[in-house]
Amino acid sequence: MKLVCPAGSLPALFEAVDNGADAVYLGFRDTTNARAFPGLNFSPRDLARGLKHARAAGCEIFLALNTYPTCRKLGQAFDAVDRASDLGADALIVAEISVLEYAANNYPDLRRHLSVQGSATTPAALDFYKQQFGISRAVLPRVLALQQVEHLAATAPVELEVFAFGSLCIMVEGRCQLSSYATGKSPNCDGVCSPPEYVSWSESAEGRSVRLNGLLIDRFEADERAGYPTVCKGRYRVDGRLMHALEEPVSLNTLDLLPRLTACGVTAVKIEGRQRSPAYVGAVTRIWRQAIDRLASGRQPAVDPQWHKTLSGLSEGSQVTLGPYQRAWQ
Amino acid sequence: MMPVNPAAEDEDSARPATGTTRTSNMRLSIGPIQYFWPRERVEKFYEGLAKHSPLVIYLGETVCSKRRELDRDAWIALARMLADHGHEVIVSTLSLIEAGSELGACRRTVENGEFTIEANDMSAVQFLLERKLPFVAGPGINLYNHLAIDYLRRNGMFRLSLPVELGRKHLEAVREHAREAGMQLPEIEIHAWGRLPLAWSARCFTARAVGRGKDQCRFECIHHPEGQHVSTREGEDFLNLNGVQVQSAAVQDLSARADELAAAGVDILRLYPQAEGLDTVIQRFESALAGHPIQAAEGSVDGYWLGAVGMEAGLRPSTLP
Repeated sequence: MKLVCPAGSLPALFEAVDNGADAVYLGFRDTTNARAFPGLNFSPRDLARGLKHARAAGCEIFLALNTYPTCRKLGQAFDAVDRASDLGADALIVAEISVLEYAANNYPDLRRHLSVQGSATTPAALDFYKQQFGISRAVLPRVLALQQVEHLAATAPVELEVFAFGSLCIMVEGRCQLSSYATGKSPNCDGVCSPPEYVSWSESAEGRSVRLNGLLIDRFEADERAGYPTVCKGRYRVDGRLMHALEEPVSLNTLDLLPRLTACGVTAVKIEGRQRSPAYVGAVTRIWRQAIDRLASGRQPAVDPQWHKTLSGLSEGSQVTLGPYQRAWQ
Repeated sequence: MMPVNPAAEDEDSARPATGTTRTSNMRLSIGPIQYFWPRERVEKFYEGLAKHSPLVIYLGETVCSKRRELDRDAWIALARMLADHGHEVIVSTLSLIEAGSELGACRRTVENGEFTIEANDMSAVQFLLERKLPFVAGPGINLYNHLAIDYLRRNGMFRLSLPVELGRKHLEAVREHAREAGMQLPEIEIHAWGRLPLAWSARCFTARAVGRGKDQCRFECIHHPEGQHVSTREGEDFLNLNGVQVQSAAVQDLSARADELAAAGVDILRLYPQAEGLDTVIQRFESALAGHPIQAAEGSVDGYWLGAVGMEAGLRPSTLP
């Protein structure tokens, strides 16, 4: 099992590499990737330094080029493919047809992974991307139950990478317009979800309110932990009843599923969190490295209870879930 | 929840007047029913549509494979009935495919041998490519630029229903770039009436709203013929839950923008079924296509078309007398 870790900055990349990542994924500092947040991501110069450090440790670098460029942004996207190849990235993580076609035609030896934003959940969809663009791996959207992942792993024409830990998108990635409906900015076009420049906090007698582009996403009492106002984690009224209509502010943690994911032939587990701190990336990478190595060695217990405790402490809202891997969640 | 009544305030504008000329060749289509209705309601709905002057009609279950009031044979029977009445009938595939059984059903739908397919995910696209069949790409197929559109057009796509977040300027850019590149575009269809499909999940939100999981849903959604309304804690309309699909609470209505749509080269205006009153909606759009001024329905949105926030409504053209 390979461990794929996030880096939103050069220090985070160092943390991931030094704590045992097999590969680090990152993006350029523009809207060609799905974490286009201010102050995040890599200049070509940073990337060159990061690559050197990773190479020395035998770690690979994957470049995320996973937004959906509109006509005017195609030049920027193709330019990013050129740069990634020039700098020597090991693989591209791509969602969109024209970027895949460009990369396959111009850099056939540069590995292409289908991004989670490509929304492929079946052997047929994977066949499409493999036959048309020669992808070698696909990252699965967070919608399949564990048994479905196992079935897919048995028949998939390419390597599979699954999300293991971090913030939980509960919608099919690449097919969620909740952010653009509320703010006009979307993961597909702009590489952002519920972007911070649209967030505002205010205090009143009713509590602490958080808004996204003026829309009340939630309101917290003094003793409640206030979360980031991602549209899907808000509290709303459904036919008059107040509830987390879509999802609570929880994070994904699949440490307990690692043995089955490994046994069924999934190639890599992916840690979410390019927007998180270097310290976070280092701590999470360290634990998952230990877990993968422990499993490979056959020593018991396969999962150290302390790992769970540490990971929960690092999670959004300190609550973790197995998410859609577990049918009861669905 | 209450069905939307589009014509509450502009009955006059919906009545064709003399002396106006049809300004475009745009056609109307009826999207697949998004909600879970009892079989009799579905059949009655299509019997009503059958008598209508020719439309493009999409049908089939696109939201949840557990919804089986009609099996494939029943859908095909409805498709035949509508085709016999002169409509262009297209069978739509499931939008999110997770189980092997769902994939098999998608493949058999593609292989029906009789009706053209609207592909709503890349699995269906692959099955269509393997069989070299022409197809429509539904709104869930992410085609954001002229190169991607051309790629699938060369592989059999003859019509594209635009991703919902893309609007006028985007479409104009696609046209311009395609022209410069000497590329032919497929027919372009747009979401012109109905709640917007915004997101899909493994989770059933309708079951969740009553404290159940998807596997124990007991078909809760059949009790909500237009989904469940979601508002903010301040009572602002926001979303609409429809099983594993999240929709906008507001209807996107582009009827007041018929001239802009025609100028941008839209070929087909897609209207989504609702529990009551679709006849009035169709009349409203026929009137718009005939060149009559129409005012957008109260509470509707058109932000995406304007290149703005999806849930916003643009300045309404004051074309009414």
